[in-house]
Amino acid sequence: MIQIEHVYKQFGKMEVLHDIKLTLGKGQAIALIGPNGCGKTTLLKSILRMVIPTKGNIFFEGNDIASTGDHYREKIGYMPQIGRYPDNMKIGQVIETIQSLRSNVLKLDEDLIDNYHLKQLYHKRMSTLSGGTRQKVSAVLSFLFNPTVLILDEPTAGLDPIAAEILKEKILSARQEGKLILITSHLLAELDELISEVIFMQDGSVKFHKSVEVLKDQVGHQSLSKAISHFLKEGAA
Amino acid sequence: MNKILQLILIDIFRNRVVIAYTILLALACWSIFFLEDSGNKALVTMLNLELLVIPLISILFSTIYIYNSSEFIELLLSQPIKRSQIWISLFFGLVICLLAAYIVAIIPPLLLFGYIQNALWILLGGILITVIFISIGFLISIQQRDKAKGIGTSLLVWLFFALLFDGLVLFILFQFGDYPIEKPMVLVSMLSPIDLLRIMNLMQLDASAMMGYTGAIFQQYFGSTLGTLVTLFVLVLWALIPFLISLRIFKRKDL
Repeated sequence: MIQIEHVYKQFGKMEVLHDIKLTLGKGQAIALIGPNGCGKTTLLKSILRMVIPTKGNIFFEGNDIASTGDHYREKIGYMPQIGRYPDNMKIGQVIETIQSLRSNVLKLDEDLIDNYHLKQLYHKRMSTLSGGTRQKVSAVLSFLFNPTVLILDEPTAGLDPIAAEILKEKILSARQEGKLILITSHLLAELDELISEVIFMQDGSVKFHKSVEVLKDQVGHQSLSKAISHFLKEGAA
Repeated sequence: MNKILQLILIDIFRNRVVIAYTILLALACWSIFFLEDSGNKALVTMLNLELLVIPLISILFSTIYIYNSSEFIELLLSQPIKRSQIWISLFFGLVICLLAAYIVAIIPPLLLFGYIQNALWILLGGILITVIFISIGFLISIQQRDKAKGIGTSLLVWLFFALLFDGLVLFILFQFGDYPIEKPMVLVSMLSPIDLLRIMNLMQLDASAMMGYTGAIFQQYFGSTLGTLVTLFVLVLWALIPFLISLRIFKRKDL
């Protein structure tokens, strides 16, 4: 579904992505892990074309996103690490604005709005919101238009345990619907139940891309988090 | 109508700065017309005021507005919307709002005092200078990530074009007065949109006595019709080029 071919990205002299090659298929739930600053967010943003690679191509459903036009993003729900919203807008206005821009989507997925009781907060201005409530708004927007691909950058960071649980259940049900899900997270324990594959990145390149079973077999640990921390430590050494 | 443009227009028209700007322009215009008894003199005074105030407001307001919309831009970018559409909508939003403010402020006194026929060139000038300085504001705000630096640059650019440039030209003329530098000076004048507009308008008003030094050379060199056409062409370039460069940068910008 998404194919990344020899992607490089440089910010000035610093190389952030180095020769990334990945094939991401339908129905997979992939964890993108690695130490801070290894290029995870940059890679996700490159798929969205918010960051434009220095070299290389990214294909979405077989089309090069550099030339296919921006409508391919209709199929992607993106939840940024830190959602930035216009301060003077109210929650309701933000959601309505985005809805009005995407009026071609008929069936909206308002589960998260209901589960987070967000309608009661619609009159609140974005500038007055706590980090967690902002995250809820970001989560709602990423799921709202029934995308086939979900790109979630640290989705549960800042959410309270109940809100995080609601989001996790939403992610699980999205996975069962056969959507492609890409998650970055540092909370390894919570990834355990969610994902089917792991991509491990370090210093801007992909160290490995394996399914969870293979990984567990290889390391001999039963839990995914232990298996991953094994790699993180090895990578650091 | 384009949805993004609609959103931006609603947002800007609610902005107090735009309302204050309209009132300020209207007040200035009325008081000039009440105080000056001869028509052309009033128009020249108005022109001078226009060439000082409009560039300042246009460049500052557009720069600040772009910086303050950075979150909104980011929100839109994660949606399936073309980048160029966002940037062009922002540009037209600002142009429409500031032009509306200008026209609403300035038309009633012009009509009432019966200056409207003579003032057509001034009106055209006001419209051009608004677009030009919004366009420059876009270029500054895309090149400078830091808001404070961006606003500072805008002020400097305004200061340079509104006050320093004519002085600089005068200085060069005095220093090199013994050499035949008239033709190169014509080219130098093209480097400042404010000077160009002043020349264009004063040629039309036939007030050569009040022309700056640059203006005198211009009239001598071009004669009226050709001079006006060339200045108009250069002014349109001034309005387009900074914006088009900023659009190019915005299309490839990393967020």
